[in-house]
Amino acid sequence: MAENCQCFSGGFPMNAKIIEIIDETNTGKRTLLFDREFENMNPGNFCMVWIRGVDEIPLGCAYKNGVTFQTVGPATNALFDLKVGDSVGLRGPLGNPFTLPEKGEKVLIISGGIGAAPLAPLAEKSKEIGADVTIILGARSEADLIFEQRFGKTGEVLLTTDDGTKGRKGFVTDILAELDLTKIDKIYVCGPEMMMKFVMKILIEKDALEKAEFSMERYFKCGIGVCGACCIDTLGVRVCKDGPVFKAETLIDSEFGKYHRDASGKRISY
Amino acid sequence: MVYIAAGVPLKNPTILAAGILGTTGASMTRVIQNGAGAVVTKSIGPVPVYGHANPSMITLNADGGKGQTFGYLNAMGLPNPSYGEFTQEIEFAKKNGDAPVIASIFGGDSKDFVAVAEGLMPSKPDAFELNLSCPHAKGYGADIGSQPCHVEEITAAVKNAVDVPVWVKLTPNVANIKDIGLAAQAGGADAVVAINTVRGMVIDIHSGWPVLGNRAGGMSGPAVKPVAVKCVYDLYEALEIPVIGVGGISCYEDMIEMMMAGASAVQIGSAVYESDRIFENIWAGAQQFMKENGYAFDELIGMAHRRK
Ligand SMILES: Cc1cc2nc3c(=O)[nH]c(=O)nc-3n(C[C@H](O)[C@H](O)[C@H](O)COP(=O)(O)O)c2cc1C
Repeated sequence: MAENCQCFSGGFPMNAKIIEIIDETNTGKRTLLFDREFENMNPGNFCMVWIRGVDEIPLGCAYKNGVTFQTVGPATNALFDLKVGDSVGLRGPLGNPFTLPEKGEKVLIISGGIGAAPLAPLAEKSKEIGADVTIILGARSEADLIFEQRFGKTGEVLLTTDDGTKGRKGFVTDILAELDLTKIDKIYVCGPEMMMKFVMKILIEKDALEKAEFSMERYFKCGIGVCGACCIDTLGVRVCKDGPVFKAETLIDSEFGKYHRDASGKRISY
Repeated sequence: MVYIAAGVPLKNPTILAAGILGTTGASMTRVIQNGAGAVVTKSIGPVPVYGHANPSMITLNADGGKGQTFGYLNAMGLPNPSYGEFTQEIEFAKKNGDAPVIASIFGGDSKDFVAVAEGLMPSKPDAFELNLSCPHAKGYGADIGSQPCHVEEITAAVKNAVDVPVWVKLTPNVANIKDIGLAAQAGGADAVVAINTVRGMVIDIHSGWPVLGNRAGGMSGPAVKPVAVKCVYDLYEALEIPVIGVGGISCYEDMIEMMMAGASAVQIGSAVYESDRIFENIWAGAQQFMKENGYAFDELIGMAHRRK
């Protein structure tokens, strides 16, 4: 049993031992389960995972006691090298979570790639509340697909892969474009920024933007809303504290889909 | 009423401290909208810097990390995109916010400082704050800011190069902060700002690893306030130029105390962790306090020095 750790403020790392490793794919997507859990975690929260001697990185909470990540650089590679029994430092749960649906509401979840990590607990919580859940689940190929079964237990999954190895060939936007959104109450989106940009475009065309929330990613330094490294233009909101989940309106006319800043603060175009 | 701090007309005497929410123009504008009387930018240098590895900031908590937050430890490593890239951020804040924008700058020597100051001038900062005090960047900040001769030379060089006020931010990690303050004054500084963070370290007992990516860093927040109050008190006594107080201010009582020690205005940094509206709240509380006690603003400045 994971021990609850509500007592931690989120600002100071607590020691968490890896009790289970689940390879979600054979392409470097992996879940780590810890011996400590964030009892007060809400779907959309993230935690800062400190791989001692390497770096500390933000990862969406895929479970109250677990994170799911893909290897993309030195920190995630180091995380991938850890074994059961090894430990990391964890700060969390951090950030502004998704607004939960109400009982009986119709929910559409749009997930691209590793974006499934924070969305899976949201789908589970939505079902628990009594909402009617549909998921558009996209990945590059069958080998990259994660949480298909987890999502499947919460509602209907509309599958799409870029190369057509599983589900429909194409992108989440192809499926979204064909859906009638008038009866949907809430839309939640997480995935690569270019995917989210095209999702937003369709939501605008379908006049459904006010129902939507997007989970954003930026370079984090402090992770607790103080340093300002992750602020986005032009409202100046902090992705780590005011986000990572934002109402879609907040992202209109912002840097979203256009550029982000690197660790020095320099603007980098998409 | 207009509050003038060392040549800069403030909207109110609560100023955003350097390195806090100062990476982008939009962020500084938001802080102004949330009540700050002026903002200081992230410290900007001559070349892009990517900063230290994370963790770069943690809270300090009682009871082995489970208890109340009593301070913060950080070592960001002066990340910044250099002056060429940063002018657009200052321009944005100047255009969209209605409060002064003070450019914090750093460098390895007076040449660097002058190059950065001149490079930022086109964006029209209202003043410069010289970071001669960052405790965790080798060859920068406190490494040079703890030597009076360098402080005087750099201050004089920047004063000579720009036509806006120059503030000098001091490190508390010295034997006698008055000597450094006097050097800044001799170099022509319009004000000193005290304090930058207090050197510190936290070690993770579960692994033996120092927690910060840089191993050590600087403390801020409530834990350092008495250190800041004493530095401001000493500087007020020793200098002719105004002192701007910073370090651990998180409520109006802290601001009043800092003013009584000798501060003409205050800066607030880490306390944004607690609330976005910290500036508005502190200034409202301070005004209420002055009203209830019949104090004029100027009367509070250095009051403790007159109680003996
Ligand atoms: C995350 C962080 C980054 C900082 N970066 C800078 C900086 O770039 N330049 C500087 O002069 N001071 C920097 N400081 C120091 C603050 O401006 C301030 O002097 C110090 O934190 C004490 O004030 P506080 O207790 O209100 O935070 C930084 C402090 C923190 C917490």
